[in-house]
Amino acid sequence: MPLVEVRSLVKRFVRRHGLFTEPTIVKAVDDVSFTIAEGETFGLVGESGSGKTTTGRCILRLIEPTSGEVRFRGEDVLAYSAAEMRRARRQMQMVFQDPYSSLNPRMRAGDIVEEPLVIHKMGGREQRRDRVAELFQLVGLDPAHLRRYPHEFSGGQRQRIGVARALALNPSLVIADEPVSALDVSIQAQVINLLMDLQERLKLTYLFVAHDLRLVQHICDRVAVMYLGKIVEQAPAAALFNRPQHPYTQALLSAIPVPDPDADRSRIAVDEDRFDRAAPLREVAPGHWAAV
Amino acid sequence: MTAAASADAPARGGSALLEVDGLTTVFGAEGELTAVDDISFTVRAGETLGLVGESGSGKSVTALSIMRLVESPGRIAAGTIRLRGRNLRAISEREMREVRGGEIALIFQEPMTALNPVFSVGSQVAEALLVHKRVDRRGVRDAVVELLESVRIPDPGLRYDDYPHQLSGGLRQRVMIAMGLACRPALLIADEPTTALDATLQAQILDLLGDLKERFALSVLLITHDLGVMAETADRVAIMYAGRIVEQGTVRDIFRRPKHPYTRGLLASLPGGTPGARLKAIEGTVPRLGQLPPGCAFAPRCPDRMARCDEAPPAVAPVAPGHDVRCYLHDGEGAG
Repeated sequence: MPLVEVRSLVKRFVRRHGLFTEPTIVKAVDDVSFTIAEGETFGLVGESGSGKTTTGRCILRLIEPTSGEVRFRGEDVLAYSAAEMRRARRQMQMVFQDPYSSLNPRMRAGDIVEEPLVIHKMGGREQRRDRVAELFQLVGLDPAHLRRYPHEFSGGQRQRIGVARALALNPSLVIADEPVSALDVSIQAQVINLLMDLQERLKLTYLFVAHDLRLVQHICDRVAVMYLGKIVEQAPAAALFNRPQHPYTQALLSAIPVPDPDADRSRIAVDEDRFDRAAPLREVAPGHWAAV
Repeated sequence: MTAAASADAPARGGSALLEVDGLTTVFGAEGELTAVDDISFTVRAGETLGLVGESGSGKSVTALSIMRLVESPGRIAAGTIRLRGRNLRAISEREMREVRGGEIALIFQEPMTALNPVFSVGSQVAEALLVHKRVDRRGVRDAVVELLESVRIPDPGLRYDDYPHQLSGGLRQRVMIAMGLACRPALLIADEPTTALDATLQAQILDLLGDLKERFALSVLLITHDLGVMAETADRVAIMYAGRIVEQGTVRDIFRRPKHPYTRGLLASLPGGTPGARLKAIEGTVPRLGQLPPGCAFAPRCPDRMARCDEAPPAVAPVAPGHDVRCYLHDGEGAG
């Protein structure tokens, strides 16, 4: 059984323009299906407006999907009551993009990491304090800095605080939404290494939402490419990057600037005339699906 | 178009357009925070010089210093900035206004904040043309449409009357570029021009900048943290760390024969190689301004740190013609 199963997920937003114009309906997520196996890193890539972030949030029900199914260990997450959902959230946690705005500036780092334990009434004060110190060490922070405020940490350290908070309840699934894109180049690799180490030590499953294709290629087992709310291609990482089948995937890959002055610079433009937006996904090779 | 070639102009590339020598920009009440520390570089006619650095490296302050737009309590403490041989630090503010938007154009990362939301994009480009008296009022609309067309905005005649919020991020950045080009500048300073854009839009803007550079015979000072963008667009590259240029050379020098441990570390930390393998991260963090070590600012993170690295910062030394490094490993005295 896969850890996560998303089936025909749809999220519509109603966008109102003004008093006298008809509101338009935006299909942010349009019939999206995928599964994530236990211990896997599944990458969801796409540009702004592709629906990748909304998809991640629908799984945690931070946004309520319009229709579709989300199953976690076989159980229907969307049918959960509020109390059941709260319990389920211990199992599924989120790491956000911006370590500057996702941490409460008025709380001490130790309290930020402890907060989920307090909310979920885990352990007594002593036990929680020990757990927070342990989490600090786990993510490479100095427990001597527990009483510092977020602004006293660097961006990379702040993202470590965000990771420690996400891990406080021992989740099995972590949804990481652009976890390093706000960090400096020399710090990104540190945080990626941390995420890979933690996965191995804690047997974590990752849904990695990102626009940086080179990074996704490096750390993901399987990847789905989203374009305007739909998955247009899904495959094991190596197959997707070496043999992209969908014209949009091909355009996206050709757009990445390669850090090599002698690399091939030929680009493929995104040309919607070249593909059928209504085409269903079909299996073009074992495990490799494309809407072509 | 070009000034007389300076005596020491190297064989490669055109004559020097912008020469920055010993630029030092400080902040703080007593000038105690050195954001840009004794940097020197040249942008030659027709070339793209890339300035790479992380946040706090001083790359944006360098751009503002060249434009004389550093705001108090910041100020330029030392150095010269010459454009076609003319010292920009010595001219009046009125003359400097002519230079800004005239000979030098500056475009930013976030076009939404640089455009005025209450005027149509066409009228804003027109304003740029009229201020610098490129055209008169009667011819201005045609001139604007022509400019919008040159930055490949579809239906430029219709887009003229659109307001900034009606345009996508990519189109807004094109409008910014059109405004920048309005006065046919010789130098375009582009500060992270594509960082806020998606990959496919970024590719379009980079291709556009490449074409415009040819068509308008522009020189470009491109500021970015993205080594991929740098490899694609720059002829020469300067790497900044904590306010200093630590390495400078041709794009191939930097990517094929990097010498400074920081440059090497940056390139090695990029994802690639065996999927799933640990990345070769540079450990530690960028030092904060005002907490810089007395020696080389990179020393605390450097795998090749030696005793003298902590004593005083190394001087700039050439390792090959046109390839300079600020590191004791390469100062000609060996690693002794």
